[in-house]
Amino acid sequence: MSENMLEIDGLTHSYGDHTVLEKMSLRVPRGELVSIVGPSGCGKSTLLRCIAGLVRPTGGRVVLDGTAIDGVPDELAVVFQDYSRSLLPWLTVRDNVALPLRRRGGSRAERRAAAEEALTSVGLDGAGRKYPWQLSGGMQQRVSIARALAYRPSLLLMDEPFGSVDAQTREDLEDLVLRVHRDEGMTILLVTHDIDESVYVGDRVVVLGRDPGGVRAELPVHLPAPRDQTTTRAHPDFVSLRTEVSTLVRGAAAPTKTVVHE
Amino acid sequence: MRHSRLALGAVGVAGAVAVAELVVRTGLVDAEAVPPASTVLRRAAEMSVDGAYLAQVGQTVRVWFGGLLLATAAAVLLGLVLSSAPWLNRAARLVVEVLRPIPALALIPLALVSFSSQSQGRTALVFYACTWPILINTLYALRDVDPVAKETLRSFGFGKVAVLLRVSLPSSAPFVATGVRIAASVGLVVVVSTELIAGGADGVGGFLSQSQTGGGQPDYMLAGAVWAGLLGLVVNAVLTALERRAFRWHLAGTEAAT
Ligand SMILES: Nc1ncnc2c1ncn2[C@@H]1O[C@H](COP(=O)(O)OP(=O)(O)O)[C@@H](O)[C@H]1O
Ligand SMILES: [Mg+2]
Repeated sequence: MSENMLEIDGLTHSYGDHTVLEKMSLRVPRGELVSIVGPSGCGKSTLLRCIAGLVRPTGGRVVLDGTAIDGVPDELAVVFQDYSRSLLPWLTVRDNVALPLRRRGGSRAERRAAAEEALTSVGLDGAGRKYPWQLSGGMQQRVSIARALAYRPSLLLMDEPFGSVDAQTREDLEDLVLRVHRDEGMTILLVTHDIDESVYVGDRVVVLGRDPGGVRAELPVHLPAPRDQTTTRAHPDFVSLRTEVSTLVRGAAAPTKTVVHE
Repeated sequence: MRHSRLALGAVGVAGAVAVAELVVRTGLVDAEAVPPASTVLRRAAEMSVDGAYLAQVGQTVRVWFGGLLLATAAAVLLGLVLSSAPWLNRAARLVVEVLRPIPALALIPLALVSFSSQSQGRTALVFYACTWPILINTLYALRDVDPVAKETLRSFGFGKVAVLLRVSLPSSAPFVATGVRIAASVGLVVVVSTELIAGGADGVGGFLSQSQTGGGQPDYMLAGAVWAGLLGLVVNAVLTALERRAFRWHLAGTEAAT
């Protein structure tokens, strides 16, 4: 069996005659937290949809745990970029979080308890009986994160999951993701447009480019563990890495050659 | 706000009744042909405690609700089947647009000869008339279900049927309910018309056609019309109230969006 949880080979996807991803390849070892950055419209969401089996790529393949995926893989959860449309407005917040757990079995009471626990972990204890539309955008986004965490997937795909939350909550959620990653050994792909965040949470930062969409650079992040919002962000390696990623992302808006940093 | 609307409505009704009363009392209209509003209302009130009349109302309501219920079940099922494939959906909408303009009232003679029992024939007509608004609303609602919500459940491993039951149906429910409410008013018109045309003594329409015979009893005719109107009003109000209660999430969503 391969060391890699995820192997993407020659992945190509077009919407009509608009080619978004072209022959992109990526390897993700089990248990790694990969940050994905890139200019908007370069195909980050499309990439996650292909991995989740929601979109059948027009070319290439996605191999998960040694098997080429065909349809939605088990043990996978997605935090969608459109968090508010991803919650069901006729269910309470708690029932939204508990719904996917039906596929895990367990009693109704157990599912609800797991949902409440996940809500507490994202700082939403007490909001379970409300409806999604009674919450602010940032709170809705946290509900969709809680739903994915409660499911305890082995592969977690997050598409700009902290876009609508305030700065303080954002730091808390980054630390929550780091903790879940460490404690449960989940493999996580996190798309973000925040370069500091990509370096702060990632074991590796993958920079995607546009026209054609593909990997422009991969930068391993070697920062002392555990990461800490104050000391890590002040670390000289952090500062130089974020500068490098920033330069790459700006360059990625224009077509360039792939650079691999080791 | 809802209270002030209710008060405004009451003032409007009272005003209309007062005008109708005055028009007759001042001799603008012949009191023989059109009795004053107070007489009509008195007749209507008398009829509300008349067991024989209430049995007729019951008959009308049974046919009306029976047809509506059947139409709801059939239209939702048909809507689900026709929405299962895009080509089927397009074809279905074409067929619906062709069949829908045929007025149910034009089919009354056909229904009366094709069904052995009169109430079966009437139920079939109500069913026919009620199916279209519900089917059309179901088709459009199912087409417009948020793809992100469906993808979310799919990503958690739910299959096609589960996504249909847990996302598509609930998110279409408010539109289906609106279709049912529209169908209810259409259905009432169809039952009463059928009863009128059949010329029997059945139902609210039968009462109307009887009060027309032998020179006519205009006070009873109008009181019967008041009753038919009240039936429609009450059922519409009940359905609207149910919609508000059951689909609070939908109202909240559309208010937030605008
Ligand atoms: N369902 C779709 N149909 C057609 N074009 C799409 C669709 N989804 C995305 N696109 C287009 O593909 C490109 C990449 O989109 P996306 O993957 O959402 O990029 P990102 O998430 O990096 O911003 C964009 O130009 C977008 O307009
Ligand atoms: Mg995106």
